Amino acid sequence: MSPSVRLQEMIRVIRGARTQGEERGVIQRECAAIRAQFRQADNGTRSHNLAKLLYVHMLGYPAHFGQMECVRLIASPRYNEKRVGYLGAMMLLDEKQDASLLITNSIKNDLSHSSQYVQSLALCTLACMGSAEMCRDLAPEIDRLLRASNSYIKKKAALCAVHMVRKVPELGELFTPAARSLLSEKNHGVLHGAVVLITELCERNPDTLEQFRKAVPELVLMMKGLVMSGYSPEHNVAGISDPFLQVRILRLLRILGRNNDTASDAMNDLLAQVATNTDSSKTAGSAVLYETVLTVMDIKSESGLRVLAVNILGRFLLNNDRNIRYISMTSLQKIVQTDHNAVQRHRGTIVDCLKDQDASVKRRALELSLALVSAVNIRSLMKELLLFLSSCPPELRAHTTSGIFNAAERYAPSQRWHIDTILHVLTTAGGDVRDETVPNLIQLITTATELHCYTVHKLYRALITDISVQSLVQVACWCIGEYGDLLLRGECEETEPVQVTEDDVLDALETVLQSHMSSPATRGFALTATMKLSTRITHNVDRIRSIVSIYGSCIDVELQQRAVEYNALFKKYDHMRAAVLERMPVIDKSSPGHTNGESAGGTIKELEPTKLTQEIVFPQEPSNQVCDLLDLLGGSGEPFQPSPSLSSTAPGPASSTAGGDLLDLLGGLDVTPAPPSVTVYEKNGVTLKLQTDTQTDTGMTVTLTATNSTDGDITGLTLQAAVPKSVQLQMKAPSGDVIPAHGLGQVTQTVLLNNPNKVSLKIRVRVCYTSQSSVCQDTVQIDSFPSTAW
Amino acid sequence: MTMHFLLLFSRQGKLRLQKWFTPIPEREKKKIVRDMTTMVLGRKPRSCNFLHWKDLKIVYKKYASLYFCCGLDAEENELLALEVLHRYVELLDKYFGNVCELDIIFNFEKAYFILDEFLLGGEVQETSKQVVSRSIEASDMLQEVSERPRSR
Repeated sequence: MSPSVRLQEMIRVIRGARTQGEERGVIQRECAAIRAQFRQADNGTRSHNLAKLLYVHMLGYPAHFGQMECVRLIASPRYNEKRVGYLGAMMLLDEKQDASLLITNSIKNDLSHSSQYVQSLALCTLACMGSAEMCRDLAPEIDRLLRASNSYIKKKAALCAVHMVRKVPELGELFTPAARSLLSEKNHGVLHGAVVLITELCERNPDTLEQFRKAVPELVLMMKGLVMSGYSPEHNVAGISDPFLQVRILRLLRILGRNNDTASDAMNDLLAQVATNTDSSKTAGSAVLYETVLTVMDIKSESGLRVLAVNILGRFLLNNDRNIRYISMTSLQKIVQTDHNAVQRHRGTIVDCLKDQDASVKRRALELSLALVSAVNIRSLMKELLLFLSSCPPELRAHTTSGIFNAAERYAPSQRWHIDTILHVLTTAGGDVRDETVPNLIQLITTATELHCYTVHKLYRALITDISVQSLVQVACWCIGEYGDLLLRGECEETEPVQVTEDDVLDALETVLQSHMSSPATRGFALTATMKLSTRITHNVDRIRSIVSIYGSCIDVELQQRAVEYNALFKKYDHMRAAVLERMPVIDKSSPGHTNGESAGGTIKELEPTKLTQEIVFPQEPSNQVCDLLDLLGGSGEPFQPSPSLSSTAPGPASSTAGGDLLDLLGGLDVTPAPPSVTVYEKNGVTLKLQTDTQTDTGMTVTLTATNSTDGDITGLTLQAAVPKSVQLQMKAPSGDVIPAHGLGQVTQTVLLNNPNKVSLKIRVRVCYTSQSSVCQDTVQIDSFPSTAW
Repeated sequence: MTMHFLLLFSRQGKLRLQKWFTPIPEREKKKIVRDMTTMVLGRKPRSCNFLHWKDLKIVYKKYASLYFCCGLDAEENELLALEVLHRYVELLDKYFGNVCELDIIFNFEKAYFILDEFLLGGEVQETSKQVVSRSIEASDMLQEVSERPRSR
């Protein structure tokens, strides 16, 4: 029985094993036999044993004990043994194994062997697993072979040199002269190796690159020869003469022409010729065209050539072959920024590819479509994108939604379109949108004041259809809470009117509250919306009261806290409820409140510019006061607080939180009036007194007290203060905005001052109030203070 | 065509040939093989032949019951890689005469020898089919001669 049959016999036996265990058994037996054989002297079966071992190794079993055998076989004089030995070396040894060094000498000897096939083995192994040390050692040998050997060896030596340069870049200098001379060879194998070697050298060394630029004309001629030559049976692939060599030459030309006008000029004609003459009906031709396009786009080509290249890519997009469509899109993606207009021309085809079956193609088409969005095509392109969203694979949904939102934000032709688009996305893929979508959308809705009615109608309709998409439900609840009065009014210019009763709306919100599908955040939105409706509806306030009180014992802490607070709002602070739940102002996109859905406090600037101006933050304080209040009652961090709404136009009702009463209850957060008090303003029966209390070295508390000696109540009292630039001012919430008549009550407001630079303190106070249906406004400046702290 | 590796595996994920052109530890080789088989076998029938894996491009093609899969650098020409795989299959076909998976299983070392005449260090070394076939024949002849027992 000839030895190699034993190998095949073993393979047959292993394959015949019915279980993994049986296979393991067979292999263990075989390996034991092989190991025993290795230990014996040469009996002519070594190569076959090693071959068996290599098979076992491929199945995944350990074969390290064969390493030394490889070394021994490589050193054998017999070709069959060398062949298997080298194969084993390539499979079992790599540069990390110590044994690999042992074969260096054998390789060295074999590189000068009389038989070219032995030389070939050595070259192949060296190029496959040669370590840096081995490369340095054997580089001169390779150089010698590059110059003086037959083409069979030269081509292998060239690729071996490539490997060496990759391992030890300094060797590049050694091989450069030989590489240059190889370009004049005729043999395609050698030429191919030479071009690969030169490419490698140029990529690593800019000086070498300079040097080889002079070879551009030669390369151009070579390429022309290949393109224009007739049929060559030896190298023909589907009508293309040696596509492998053509592609490599094109790649080298790309590197040489990059950032260099002269070189680029020299190859312009050739590239145009290749682009027009290459038949791309088969993959080989397409591969060459593809490489040509890449080269054209990378060098400094004329614009005509660039357009030609983009058109080739456009043609590729229409190709039946999916692979070609795919690479066309990857290439277009790379150039969409630089050659935007050229790519725009193929937008139709790209958008069609969104409907392709292949997931990779779809992904590429999506990327490209998003890159091609512009103000001109936004409407039509968005239609396509939304269509795509409804049928796109799940892994692409998140990316699609964020892409759509970005595009809509940048190019929305109208607010209504923008809102419609976002709503469409939420209905189709609301589960895959980013978290910031909800506050972003809410902000957008508030800015589109004319569309409030339309928006709330649309959202209401969406809500009663489906409450599973959390983002949509949250926005819908918020809108209904905020603009419920518009919803109930029934008429709306932009959509068909629909009769919505108060019960319908409350039903919808209650469904959300009670549904298992609603997340805790969503239920929070719904509860707050219900509460807000209490000021916007007329008949069903009791129903709201009962809903709110039920949730006062809800298990969810967040909901419970809200319900308790709203309950408090109903019971003790009913007089404030209207003010607290008023319509929100337009949310500023960049204000801090915006990012987590809080209403922004506006900043109210001092209206009369003087050299003592300083901005004061007015309504933020009252809401902070409410914050403190709510914190003390046991909760924090809700996304939406019933903070007072204040528009910057009229001094609206200042947050008349019953700061005074509650504060007293809690033991006085306010400063009790200290004795020295001075009257700073007295007019129309309104008196304003100022008291100071120095707390720290630089801090002072100023209390303003307003009293009313007229027969009628003074309403809408607001106080504003300004101080010199270096002084910091913080206004606390006023105790109220109504001063009862006949001096029966007073309004106090605390102002905290911090004067780190100890400048001379002045304060300007503006007083606004309504007395007997007329609005009064006065400003008074206080230059001296009762306390002598400074 | 700078290849990092070339793998042949069956529909059941059994490895039939593995050629590595860069030094990779044994454990990682096994992992790459696992990843490749999972990814490629998981592809739908009419998908395109290109994949992305880490920073490599993966090009694969199915011939009968065997998957030919190679890993390339990101800047490589995928269409040409398809041609390379095709050329290898043609060479195998010429050598074995209507090659099938069993040929490659039982003559795996020959498959390697053919590959080593076509690719070297991860690059194409010979672009002519005939030259490669002739070299293999000559090497085989040499092997036969060296296998004959030396006359004593």
